[in-house]
Amino acid sequence: MTSPANPALRARRLVLHLICVAVGALIVVPVWFGVIGGFKDNGQLSTNPLGLPDPWVPGNYTDIVTSGVFWRHLGNSLLIAVSSTLIVVGAGAMAAFVFARFAFRGREFLVTLFAVGLMFPFAVAILPLFVLLRGMGLLDNPLGVILPQAAFGLPITIIILRQFFRTIPGEVEEAATLDGCGPFGFFWRVLLPMARPALATVSVLAIVASWNNFMLPLVVFTDQGWWTLPLGVQAFQGQYSDDTARVLAYVVLSMVPALGFYAVAERQLIGGLAGSVKG
Amino acid sequence: MTRPSTVPDAGRGDVVTGPPGPDAARQRGHRPRPGRRRALAVFLTPSLTLFLLLVVAPIAVASYASLYKWNGFGLPENHVGLDNYTRALADPVFRGDLWRGFVLIVLSLTIQLPAALGLAMLLNQPLKGRGLYRLVFFAPYVLSEVTTAVLFTLVFSPNRGLGEVISRWLGAEAGAVFADPDTVLFAVFLVVSWKYFGLYMILFLAARQGIPRELHEAAVTDGAGAWQAFRHVTLPLLGPTIRIAVFLSVIGTIQLFDMVWVLTGGGPIHASETMAVTMFQYGFRRFEVGYASAISIVMFVLSLAFALVYQRVVLRRDTEGALTVQGDQR
Repeated sequence: MTSPANPALRARRLVLHLICVAVGALIVVPVWFGVIGGFKDNGQLSTNPLGLPDPWVPGNYTDIVTSGVFWRHLGNSLLIAVSSTLIVVGAGAMAAFVFARFAFRGREFLVTLFAVGLMFPFAVAILPLFVLLRGMGLLDNPLGVILPQAAFGLPITIIILRQFFRTIPGEVEEAATLDGCGPFGFFWRVLLPMARPALATVSVLAIVASWNNFMLPLVVFTDQGWWTLPLGVQAFQGQYSDDTARVLAYVVLSMVPALGFYAVAERQLIGGLAGSVKG
Repeated sequence: MTRPSTVPDAGRGDVVTGPPGPDAARQRGHRPRPGRRRALAVFLTPSLTLFLLLVVAPIAVASYASLYKWNGFGLPENHVGLDNYTRALADPVFRGDLWRGFVLIVLSLTIQLPAALGLAMLLNQPLKGRGLYRLVFFAPYVLSEVTTAVLFTLVFSPNRGLGEVISRWLGAEAGAVFADPDTVLFAVFLVVSWKYFGLYMILFLAARQGIPRELHEAAVTDGAGAWQAFRHVTLPLLGPTIRIAVFLSVIGTIQLFDMVWVLTGGGPIHASETMAVTMFQYGFRRFEVGYASAISIVMFVLSLAFALVYQRVVLRRDTEGALTVQGDQR
């Protein structure tokens, strides 16, 4: 594609590459600083923040990996993300099915209600939510995070799935009905299997939202045994504020699952975000 | 996923896209549907219960609690009318929150979104390795705000961070950006942008790739330069996505909490505090739940008012868009 006969074009490409590399460096350098910083001691960090460690100090990472606290937080994050996602996708798919393929009085009102819900942030509801969860005895209980997260994830889930369900031709449903499928059978045996890509999209969005949530677990969990990774990272920074290298190692380890997930689910994530905006 | 208008019209089985009502219900009468009502109830109950109990009810409770002086324990009894609201509007910290929110929004719209748009256009070029660039640019979006904030606290930590290196380059004290009331808000903005510009870039890129190549080519054939083709062909066609991005950016800024809480806690001397941080301080640190609820409600009303006005004035032209879909009639 690059023809050497066209120097102007080549110069242009070079400039574009330089811009990309510069922006990429802004992203990669802080992360790189963290990754190699975790392999240094604090003396090395002061004298040599960017270069390779000399000598390599694996202790920061191995201490965390063998301590159990990190794995505990990771497990909690995982449990909460998976449970929230199952609930929000399950409940959201059922509602989206009804909104997409049934006509009934009040449907538009309900759809609007959920759409407006896109603008309800945790920050607005967090105080009364806290009082409510306290009243229900759900503080220091994972359900106290799982259920509200599922509830706040419903609007985007329903909107995306409803759009998708509406693209499935009516003939499919008629055929299913002739074969003796009721609405439940059609939903479970026909619609959901056909909607797998859309279900993957909303699941990825729900997992990322849950994984990164901070405010709700912050107020719900006082018991460290239930802390999720973001809480763990913040607390670790407070605990070892003098030991920069150790905190860097913890931050880097806490990034690994998110980046790994991104590597695997990039397509669904990007497709979902772009799709949810385009409709 | 952008084909709602192609769904068959009312009168065929359950696929009904027209306005709901008795007519639509009667048209399906050719098939006996004894379980329909039951199905409706079964399918809607889980989501409605969750949503009403955990999203709608808390907002209602907050608006009620905002009229009381209440520490959050027992029932609110000390009714103070609108005192919490007048107090907030007179409070220099809260007024500062509004101003800082405004500044952050202006910065996002004038720096972050144009930069994201520019990079999206760049990645639309046939560049070698652009898949890798895209992967890297978007990666920070999957990191949590907390992780990002802690990382940057350390990057700028005074003695051991990259801040030292940057300081040496600049000949100025870069490590102090978060400690200086004059620079802290801008520093917070930069970290927020670091995490979020990739999201907007991806949205713009997806929209750009949805524009048929012929349109651009036709403009160039007609003698338009690259900039003119962008300005008069590409940009207008990106309009709906840009308007959604502006919307997301404004709503996100109104609610900004995690990043600020971890980076600066709102300090020094409130110089980076946002509404959500003020609310959190009063609600969970000082137990002035009534006052904090009033701040929540102001945030909610601002978001809602912005959304409604924006939708009415700006988004109305865009016939499709998940955030704007309020019905099938349009």
